[in-house]
Amino acid sequence: MKYLDEFRNPEIAKRILQQIKDTVTRPWVIMEICGGQTHSILKNGLDQLLPKEIELVHGPGCPVCVTPLEMIDQALAIARQPNVIFTSFGDMLRVPGTYDDLFKVKSEGGDVRMVYSPLEALKMARENPDKEVVFFAVGFETTAPGNAMAVHQAAKEGITNFSELVSHVLVPPAMEALLSSPDNRVQAYLAAGHVCAVMGWNEYIPIAEKFKVPIVPTGFEPIDILQGILLTVQQLEEGRYNIENQYTRVVKMDGNLPAQKLINDVFEITDRKWRGIGVIPNSGYKLTDKYKSYDAALKFNVGHIESQESPLCISGIILQGLKKPPQCPAFAKECTPEHPLGATMVSSEGACAAYYRYHK
Amino acid sequence: MCLAIPGKVVEIFEENELKMGKIDFSGTMNSACLAYVPEVEIGQYVVVHAGFAIQILDETQAQEVFDAWDDLTDTLKDEGYTVQGKPLSKKKKDLN
Ligand code: SF4
Repeated sequence: MKYLDEFRNPEIAKRILQQIKDTVTRPWVIMEICGGQTHSILKNGLDQLLPKEIELVHGPGCPVCVTPLEMIDQALAIARQPNVIFTSFGDMLRVPGTYDDLFKVKSEGGDVRMVYSPLEALKMARENPDKEVVFFAVGFETTAPGNAMAVHQAAKEGITNFSELVSHVLVPPAMEALLSSPDNRVQAYLAAGHVCAVMGWNEYIPIAEKFKVPIVPTGFEPIDILQGILLTVQQLEEGRYNIENQYTRVVKMDGNLPAQKLINDVFEITDRKWRGIGVIPNSGYKLTDKYKSYDAALKFNVGHIESQESPLCISGIILQGLKKPPQCPAFAKECTPEHPLGATMVSSEGACAAYYRYHK
Repeated sequence: MCLAIPGKVVEIFEENELKMGKIDFSGTMNSACLAYVPEVEIGQYVVVHAGFAIQILDETQAQEVFDAWDDLTDTLKDEGYTVQGKPLSKKKKDLN
């Protein structure tokens, strides 16, 4: 595919690897934030090719993995209501709640449907005026423009049988929270390219300065990632901590301004709980008052839900880059992609699933 | 979840007052909302995530990267390495 295949060229990869080897003199710990990058790193065995001085730790950038259990349980309860069409991206269907998942609800007769875009969910609302259509709006900044547009468009068309169960998370506050932790090992970040495509990279400047860490917005193909690592290692070795954009073909300093404008109209910043990590201040979006009537959590009062994590799962520690999946006692034993105990084993972008697939 | 892929805009139309496009992902056609890239024209590449184009792909920037890589592979050849694959930069392709 044009603009993908070029970034998979093994000759170029070899050359960049050589440059990394020539540059590195000391051990460094680099975190890739995005689960899509984690997947690409393990799939292409990049972690094995890098010089031993460089340790890649995998960040919390998998929205499926960090959506809190309470939110999944709430989604299940709403999906079980009569007259509801519950829609979601495919990844979320298999995420285990306390007792079951959305697939189970579907098998019991619930109307659960997978969509590729939130506009498809809106279309279902338009075509089924006697039903309530709910969209499970999870994701990072990359997904926010689409989810904002669906709500904005519903309001514009006067569609009232559409709502979103919003559990949006934001990347920069999580990056800051990880760096502030006393256990932190991260010395540099590869920032998530598609998050930056929407938001730009301005907001990383204060983080890089405050914590003295290089931050490199990076793409997703093997060569993007190797080049991102090279730029990072050059900075680390020279003691610099700048924002250096690897993904220039997609990321602009200001990001996508029309998208940011609509996001700011539909959503506002709120504290958000991250599964396995806890509450991070100002790390999520909720609907603004103007769009309150599109909030599924307010529309469907599903009462108090007791949520309980599997006692075996250590995904929170993994999402903070403190342990690797094989260090979990349940990994590939009680917990497999067929029978996941935690969300990091469900999503193909979850670190546990990526290790299971490529490193077992 | 944040996966987004580049595709070429082959048709632009309007649906429910939203700017939409037909996008060619190397042979696979799909539609995407173009409301966030209002200036996009047919023939340009966009990066699409969950049914929305989130950026226009900057082909000049991509080309600069390819040129730099071709220089790299030239150096490799000079150093006696066997280099497979075709040149990526337009300049070099025209020469071949
Ligand atoms: S292997 Fe399974 S149980 Fe262990 S941390 Fe990963 S998801 Fe949780």
